[in-house]
Amino acid sequence: MNRPQQSSDFGTAIANCRNDFPALKQSVNGHPLTYLDSAASAQQPTVVIDTVARYQREDHANVHRGVHTLSGRATDAYEGARDKLCKFVNATSRTEIVLTSGTTEAINLVAQSFCRPRFGPGDQILITHLEHHSNIVPWQIVCEQTGAELVVAPIDDAGQIELEALFEMMQGKVRLLAIGHVSNALGTINPLRQIIEQAHQHDIPVLVDGAQGVPHLRVDVQELGCDFYAFSAHKMFGPTGSGVLFGREALLEEMPPYQGGGDMILEVSFDGTIFNELPHKFEAGTPNISGVIGHGAAVDYLQAIGMQDIHDHETALHDYMVSELGKIDGIRLIGTAENQASVQSFMLNDIHPHDLGTILDQQGVAIRTGHHCAMPVMERLGLPGTARASLALYNNSADIDRLTEALEKARRIFG
Amino acid sequence: MTHDVTQDAELQDLYRELILDHARSPRNFGRLNNPTHAAEGINPLCGDKLKLYLKIDADERVHEICFEGSGCAISVASASLLTETVASLTVTEAEAVIESVTTRLTHGSAVIKNEKLYALDGVRKYPMRVKCATLAWHALHAALSSQNTTATTE
Repeated sequence: MNRPQQSSDFGTAIANCRNDFPALKQSVNGHPLTYLDSAASAQQPTVVIDTVARYQREDHANVHRGVHTLSGRATDAYEGARDKLCKFVNATSRTEIVLTSGTTEAINLVAQSFCRPRFGPGDQILITHLEHHSNIVPWQIVCEQTGAELVVAPIDDAGQIELEALFEMMQGKVRLLAIGHVSNALGTINPLRQIIEQAHQHDIPVLVDGAQGVPHLRVDVQELGCDFYAFSAHKMFGPTGSGVLFGREALLEEMPPYQGGGDMILEVSFDGTIFNELPHKFEAGTPNISGVIGHGAAVDYLQAIGMQDIHDHETALHDYMVSELGKIDGIRLIGTAENQASVQSFMLNDIHPHDLGTILDQQGVAIRTGHHCAMPVMERLGLPGTARASLALYNNSADIDRLTEALEKARRIFG
Repeated sequence: MTHDVTQDAELQDLYRELILDHARSPRNFGRLNNPTHAAEGINPLCGDKLKLYLKIDADERVHEICFEGSGCAISVASASLLTETVASLTVTEAEAVIESVTTRLTHGSAVIKNEKLYALDGVRKYPMRVKCATLAWHALHAALSSQNTTATTE
């Protein structure tokens, strides 16, 4: 397999984008940093860092509250970011974009505000065996609260959802399907359009956990047809502590507030409270203003490069990674779905992933090791965990070469 | 090049031959029927899971000890070395070894009587891995205290 030639195969924006990420310019343990852990958290480009810093230096004030200039600037920037996020996933209206602390809070919001008031014994919430903990535990909690049942669709050995079984399970009393866009542990891209279409035939609303979707794929919630789509800023080159719940307006309208507090009200008296309109109804208290503004800057950054170019670049790089890893004696690729995003789990002989992580770190190569917050996936595959290399737009073929060299050294140490 | 040489040396210090040997062929590996004391050690961060079984008689001495479970090379080797060290010690002696090993690995100054256990010293340069090395020792402490609960590193 040829090394992907970045400057000729892809837009120059991609080829040069590595320079936009100051964190990638450092050495770690005496080696240039090879960052292959973007699926856990992606690095931030200078433009995001500077946007947040400028806001903190010049524009900081509370939003939606003051008549003074700074409050106006903060509100404009904050609501401006909502507009950017709305366009980014092609929601119909900005009222469908609820700003949260991340994917996890977005999913908990749906569990507590959509499911809890309306589900009861006999109802089912359907998930898949591929999900990570934040798309499992909120449903377990709401099932405990309501008496509903959590049911889990199986996956095959390659890490793909068994569609026939999934569709079969939809025949039951499923009231919600919650499914990942891209598996964080195995990289599988789920055939969402087909799945959502099938679910809707049974009148089952669908929540998509898009944490691993947005950094790699162009997301259009209208095209997907999903009812909810949750994602985080920090997986898409923005700050931590900011995320989005897209929800179809009709559903959000019916849902009671998730938390009480300031900003989510129109009028408060001790006799009762009139809740604010969408999306503010779900945003109690002073939000993570700088995080949201940084998230907006990350959207601008991604759109300037173009999601299609990003996807093409990462696909070529993932192919190269799979081919190079395959040349290492004793390597076993975990997750071999036909349609895979830029994540690759693997094992090397019987070396425990944690030992691999330490040996690679000594060579400046950062990978994730362990269960990837997806213990049921690991259990299904009979593994204590895996080593995982995940790619982002700033990675290049030299990163892959450093990874394989470092793995060769691990193999030598463990003999 | 200098970096590589230093790092190779450091990695070899962590993965010493004795550690790799115990990781590959752990001693006293298995289950004990009717243990008088047992405890489980879990490191939620990396998924290491060990279970220790002991037979302690009225003389307050460890007559049998073994362990089972899965984990990284450091945690398995540490557990294996532990079983070798503790077999035939009194409970008080075993507690003293636990104290010296955990203190040495976390604070770095205690003297360990058993020469072999210095093989774990390499881990002191890797703060993120110290918990792997101390896991079995925490589990042993839990077992000896008859705390029939699970010891975790968190």
